Amino acid sequence: MTKDVVLDHVSIRFGSYTAVDNAHLSIQGGEFFSFLGPSGCGKTTLLRCISGFVQPTEGRVLIGGQDMRNVGPNKRPTALIFQNLALFPLLSVAENIAFPLEVRGVSRKNRRRRADELLEMIALPGTGDKKVHELSGGQRQRVAIARALAADPDILLLDEPLSALDLKLRQHMRTELRAIQQRVGLTFIYITHDQGEALTMSDRVAVMNAGVIEQVGDPKTIYNRPRTPFVASFVGETNRIPGEVVSQHGTTVTLSTPVGPLAGQSGGGRDHAPGAACQLFIRPEQLVVAGDGASPNRFAADCTAEEFEGSVQTLHLKAAGLPLRLCRMNAGNVAVAGPGAGALTLSFDPEAAIVLPYGTEADAAA
Amino acid sequence: MTALRRIFSEMTSRHGLGVALFVAGAVLFWVLVLVVLPQIAMLDYSFRHNLPRAELGGPRDAHTLANYRYFLFGNGAGFNTLDMGVLLKTLAAAVFVTLLDILICYPIAFILAHSASGVGLRLMVIGLIVPFWINEILRAFAFRVLFGATGVINGIGQALGFWSTPVDFVRADVALYAGLAYAYVLLMVFSIYNAVETLDRNQIEAARDMGASWWRVHWRVVLPIAKPGIASGATMVFMLTAGALAAPQILGGPSNLWFTQLIYQWFNDAGDWQRGSAYATILLVVCLVFVFLMMRVFRVSIAAIGR
Ligand SMILES: Nc1ncnc2c1ncn2[C@@H]1O[C@H](COP(=O)(O)OP(=O)(O)OP(=O)(O)O)[C@@H](O)[C@H]1O
Ligand SMILES: [Mg+2]
Repeated sequence: MTKDVVLDHVSIRFGSYTAVDNAHLSIQGGEFFSFLGPSGCGKTTLLRCISGFVQPTEGRVLIGGQDMRNVGPNKRPTALIFQNLALFPLLSVAENIAFPLEVRGVSRKNRRRRADELLEMIALPGTGDKKVHELSGGQRQRVAIARALAADPDILLLDEPLSALDLKLRQHMRTELRAIQQRVGLTFIYITHDQGEALTMSDRVAVMNAGVIEQVGDPKTIYNRPRTPFVASFVGETNRIPGEVVSQHGTTVTLSTPVGPLAGQSGGGRDHAPGAACQLFIRPEQLVVAGDGASPNRFAADCTAEEFEGSVQTLHLKAAGLPLRLCRMNAGNVAVAGPGAGALTLSFDPEAAIVLPYGTEADAAA
Repeated sequence: MTALRRIFSEMTSRHGLGVALFVAGAVLFWVLVLVVLPQIAMLDYSFRHNLPRAELGGPRDAHTLANYRYFLFGNGAGFNTLDMGVLLKTLAAAVFVTLLDILICYPIAFILAHSASGVGLRLMVIGLIVPFWINEILRAFAFRVLFGATGVINGIGQALGFWSTPVDFVRADVALYAGLAYAYVLLMVFSIYNAVETLDRNQIEAARDMGASWWRVHWRVVLPIAKPGIASGATMVFMLTAGALAAPQILGGPSNLWFTQLIYQWFNDAGDWQRGSAYATILLVVCLVFVFLMMRVFRVSIAAIGR
């Protein structure tokens, strides 16, 4: 069974400090949903609120349509995987995994059998009698997942479970987690400050900043159509060009900028009055070195440095004093433009650029 | 020995030779002069006859088991059930006081470590410590006043109508057990606190999250972590209770004799230091054996206690 989770105007305050500000969204059953945000933005607090360790100061949490107020963490259909895993050091691996079953009074023999099944599933067969400290970080990680699954929850809550692992293992565990989620078909609510993690694994992502959920959407929308400057710059690399609105036709906004007139899409479909101060965001991989043909948004820039990483080449540019980055795939051409190559002409597709006003946190969620 | 040498050279390199020598000297003085030598002297005493000064070093001044034999058989032919009974009773009472302290202190230590914060925490710690600024004997007498026939507890109990004639708490040894339990609360609280404090709060929450009741959280998660602390606290409380003298003297009922009081009588009233030494040795050995036995039963290692 999968259950959906609804946060109904949830605010959480510690004294006068607002850790979560008016979170309002619904997570569908069976979905892999991520909260993405920098350290200290209230992600853990929100997750603890869903699992029942923190009460919302305002608003309600609904799980499967049921109001969770006054329902203790031990009575909710959620299982939380803690930021530091919180495995029991004095119990064996099998005892750890079987703990939720022990709580329910399942017999010792059946407990052991289920633990062995789950160990099989997480590819750690035969480790049941080991102590937790005898496992590697990645193995502990999987034991924590198995223990949460043993509780047979409807919703699995994961608090940055991969943050302690090294890069390679982390990437492996991403695929693994996604595969587990698809196999068991549960609702996964995943917390991370790593945008790569959020984008690769999730069906939908909520981007948080200082307690406020700035945007909810699927990874492509979040990346390609950010609604706020924070989302645009926090998720992925981006170039920012300040400017002033000249005109708007439909969703296409034309700005006058230090590098010349540039056009982009109005982020979040806002209407901009001429003369308003705005900023244009364009991803490094959307910038191209233009040929002679007619292309929109052309402007001149100087190359100051080049980074060659094999498959990808990054150019560090300066245009009218603004630092810019351009990424492109290596075309196998030795004579690519580098520093000292003189002025380059850059261009980008107006569809790929996003125009956003300054200070949009308040009206962003609308 | 190699471990000691390593500690010494480590300290030399970190703090210099002077400091290392001072620490080594102080520790040696402490262990040898203050602990080992007196114990050896007492042990030697316990194997000798109680002779008048003139006969010391004379032909009758030889080693003997007479003092230990006296504990077992007394003067007559049968067993010395009186003294053995007192020893057993002392041990049983010490066990009881230790259990009482565990019961009282485990919740306190847990709350101190994981629930209390800020002003509440500081008030609790002060509340625990301040009573121990008062001298032990004074505290014992305070308990006598508290539990006496006209004491506070009898006063309140009678005023509220729980009982009509004063209850003799002293004769029933309630005062004694309360006083002893109270005297060593601090040791137990801080021993358990030390152990419980290392517990990661998330583990408690993880257990809760998986549906565990509070009872099970403590039984499966907190108690195993607290075990070494409970063991070290229990060892200290047990040893100190079994060896207590002032509290039994002041708070004990007329029928209750503590084994230390027997030792005291041999030393002071009878002037028989040899037999007193033998009795003290018996108490020490029996207590040690009992503690080690308990550690075996509860699977606690010495290393865990030393933490
Ligand atoms: N019990 C509490 N009392 C007071 N303030 C708290 C409490 N819990 C969290 N906070 C505050 O709320 C804010 C958000 O904390 P939270 O743990 O949710 O951050 P996070 O997004 O999970 O960060 P990280 O990525 O570092 O784990 C922090 O500033 C923190 O200091
Ligand atoms: Mg966190």
